[in-house]
Amino acid sequence: MSRQEILVIDDEAQIRKLLEITLRNNGYKVIEASTANEGLVLAASHPPDLILLDIGLPDENGQSVLKKLREWYQKPIIILSVQNDEENIINALDNDASDYLTKPFRTGELLARIRAFIRNSDVLEEKSNRTIGNLFIDFKTRTVKKNNELIKLTATEYTLLSLLIKNEGRVLTHQYILNQVWGPNQADQSQSLRVFIAQLRKKVENDHNNPELIITESRVGYRFVSST
Amino acid sequence: MLNRLPKAQQYVYGILFVILVSAICYLVSDFIEYKIVALILLFAVSVMAMFFDIFPVILIAILSALIWDFFFIPPKFTFYITQPADILMFLMYFIIAMVNGVLNYKTRQWEKIARKREEQRTTLALYNTLLNSLSHELKTPISTIIGATDNLKTDKTKLLESDKDALITEISKAALRLNGHVENLLNMSRLESGVIKPFRDWCDINELAYNVKNQLKEYASKHTIKIDIKENLPLFKIDAGLISQSIYNLVYNALIYTPYNSVIVMDAFYKDKNLVISVQDNGNGFPKNEKEKVFEKFYRLKNSKTGGTGLGLSIVEGFIKAHHGTISLENIKNGGAKFTIAIPSEKSDVNNLKNE
Repeated sequence: MSRQEILVIDDEAQIRKLLEITLRNNGYKVIEASTANEGLVLAASHPPDLILLDIGLPDENGQSVLKKLREWYQKPIIILSVQNDEENIINALDNDASDYLTKPFRTGELLARIRAFIRNSDVLEEKSNRTIGNLFIDFKTRTVKKNNELIKLTATEYTLLSLLIKNEGRVLTHQYILNQVWGPNQADQSQSLRVFIAQLRKKVENDHNNPELIITESRVGYRFVSST
Repeated sequence: MLNRLPKAQQYVYGILFVILVSAICYLVSDFIEYKIVALILLFAVSVMAMFFDIFPVILIAILSALIWDFFFIPPKFTFYITQPADILMFLMYFIIAMVNGVLNYKTRQWEKIARKREEQRTTLALYNTLLNSLSHELKTPISTIIGATDNLKTDKTKLLESDKDALITEISKAALRLNGHVENLLNMSRLESGVIKPFRDWCDINELAYNVKNQLKEYASKHTIKIDIKENLPLFKIDAGLISQSIYNLVYNALIYTPYNSVIVMDAFYKDKNLVISVQDNGNGFPKNEKEKVFEKFYRLKNSKTGGTGLGLSIVEGFIKAHHGTISLENIKNGGAKFTIAIPSEKSDVNNLKNE
């Protein structure tokens, strides 16, 4: 398989350099753009496998770049943002960004995000079961085992857990989860979501107070991670 | 100066004083000449001109002049003045009143300027101290990064592998420290410009507390962090990001400023429509005379070790105030300090969900 191509759109030369070195050394091919315009042109002329888009570009609002890309580009777009800018992040996720990273980010985190999408698009599709650490989930029989022992989950708990696992490594916003699990117009179930997450953690985590699988993304949503 | 009296009171006291002085003079008017009375009243007006604003003084001057004219100048009980000397004296009241008033006004302006200058001088001194400690806090990690990278670049061959690793570790630590300071400064400027608006959503306080404990793991190797929060605590509607940062700062402070082996306890409960969160330690507590100042921007305890910008607690206070909440600090009897936060918040007891 040829190397996956990643388009980096960021105006900061230092960040581009860092990303280029990190990604190249992890087996990706990197294309760089320093402006929104350049990024849009490069993406169109040579569609990459994934786009890293800085949401704070000088020549055009990142959200509008994102919307323009999403008019035709289906593959993952991960946005780069700064800390404490959840509003922008949630907006970008609503505008169909696949995920986000906040600067300063750790390279391990960056690679995990990218892997989550590349793995998900190749391997995970249509799998009927998954093993994550000591956890086993069978999507056909809707059963979950921990250390080979069946765990009793309510219908909602199962739906929530399978949704998280099917999107392993990706952030899911509160709104998205509420829509998927409770259906549209159920945004006021926001309290229930917190409680179900807490219950689920008690059942699947080794230490529910120090969750390693179901991670809270403060103010944004939840993320299921397995890379331990 | 005494001119702090409100204007209305200046009028009242002025008039009463003139009437009192006149009454006394009137009682003894058989023994003193009416011209002496004029001098006594003039004296009274001058005294008041020293303390009162110009308009009350003018009123008092008019009143004194009229009283003197009516009650003392012969023929008594008329406003009729015959002697040119008396007319001159009559005018003197106004001249004295005006001169005193103007002088007074000028003195007060000078005082104001002097006070302002003094204030500026203290602010500047404070600002310099702050700037020194802040630039120290920022330059130390920067120096580390520059120095370490220089070493790595030039001494590639000579450096021991273990030294290289150590330098890289230092660079990473310095960068994280720098990031913390910048984060603090950004938060402070966000607070000052008033752009921080809490985004309230349902929050599991237990989760928040454990998350803070987890984030502080690497600072807590010599301390114990305990969480005493009941498992069935309701959910509260708060800005999880801001409150988490606040608790983080409080626990971080306790970790840095208490002796090794100290125990830090987080607790939370619902009381009087408030979410109450406390962070308590069994360290040495705060010096009594500095307790009030710890929330001030850039304030650092007199004997605190280097490191820190003096912003942590001000940010906590700012975030809590943004929630219309309060924060207090008390020393505990057997040693140690306790920060208590109270945030007005909705609560939600959805602990028994239907298993749909």
